[in-house]
Amino acid sequence: MARYDNVLDTIGNTPLVDISELSPNPRARVLIKLEGLNPAGSVKDRAAKCMIEEAEKNGSLRAGQRILESSSGNTAAGLAMIAKVKGYPFTVVVPENVSVERIKLLTAFGAEMISSPAAEGSNGAMRRAQALAKEHPDWWFSFQYGNPANPKAHYEGTGPEIWRDCPEVTHFVAGLGTAGTIIGAGRFLKERNPSVSIWAVQPPAGEAVEGLKSLDEGFIPPIFADNDGYSLLDRSRVVGPRESIEWARRLAEVGIFAGISTGAAMAGVARCAGEIDEGTIVTLSPDGGWKYLSTDVWTGDLEEVVERARHELYF
Amino acid sequence: MTVEVRLPNILRPVAGGEASVEAEGASIGEVFDDLIARFPGLRDSLLTTDGEMHRHLNVFVNDDDVRYLGKLDAKVGDGDVVTLMPAVAGG
Repeated sequence: MARYDNVLDTIGNTPLVDISELSPNPRARVLIKLEGLNPAGSVKDRAAKCMIEEAEKNGSLRAGQRILESSSGNTAAGLAMIAKVKGYPFTVVVPENVSVERIKLLTAFGAEMISSPAAEGSNGAMRRAQALAKEHPDWWFSFQYGNPANPKAHYEGTGPEIWRDCPEVTHFVAGLGTAGTIIGAGRFLKERNPSVSIWAVQPPAGEAVEGLKSLDEGFIPPIFADNDGYSLLDRSRVVGPRESIEWARRLAEVGIFAGISTGAAMAGVARCAGEIDEGTIVTLSPDGGWKYLSTDVWTGDLEEVVERARHELYF
Repeated sequence: MTVEVRLPNILRPVAGGEASVEAEGASIGEVFDDLIARFPGLRDSLLTTDGEMHRHLNVFVNDDDVRYLGKLDAKVGDGDVVTLMPAVAGG
């Protein structure tokens, strides 16, 4: 049945597509879960919905209360869409170096945006949101990096969906941002089959670290640290913009139009496929390519696009 | 084994100001020992007082996080690139 009472009911149950033709190892199958098909365009719709609905249930979010978050775009879009549907005003701190499409999408959903310096990255946006939360105790701060409802969305949604659609999974490869996807879905898969290997992919810290004064200003998402992420993961790799963009282009050749972080995940998949004898690798595409068209990911000179991506947040 | 160690901005002032330095060792622990012997100011950024890896420092050998390759026991080979990167938020 594809008829829904409400757009929020269309979040999740995304398709898992076999793209083994891109596998560098003929005995390693590769399947990709297309989270860009969620209504506000990314995997973050799941966490946004779960965070809001858990807060409604436990009474910490009341009718008409303002929601606050910091986000490089996808969580903001999910929250903005759901806040609009449910009638909450929404304020989001967005680093100034996100793509123009993200800003326009947030405008479409009526979000109030506060920009934070590019040089401070997501860390800076989060600190600004934390300060705003203190100044405005009457607002509800969803705090995606520490909200248990973020991994819960994946433990109860993404993970079971992968297991339902691909119980033969041997490896799960996903991006590490807030850690919600990998902690939630990764733990679910490990519980079902302890031999499933969990591989994380992360972007280079890039310019955000230039603003740090000491290592102690660094940040590990509480979701990761509190859920023993170090023992859940089997491998973790950093993937730079060049490999990410090359893989985003390869994906387009098999009809998968996905964002730069999906390209990074595919670079992780390729490494994984190259190291194993055989297996079934499941990866997750956080979003579609739409929000990156202005950055010429598929249409520009590779060197120029890579250089531009170094200055932009795409995870 | 000689490896290239790439340093983030915040660690360069205590490592002679360079963005990258060479170091010797067959494991990350040995590479760290070599670095600390030459640049004692790096010690508190690389290791805790208990001699464990610093919580907010990510260490990659050719892009692979050493936390999942044996931490300080992770092997390195001649010509490998060891990248030190502060942990920051994404998402």
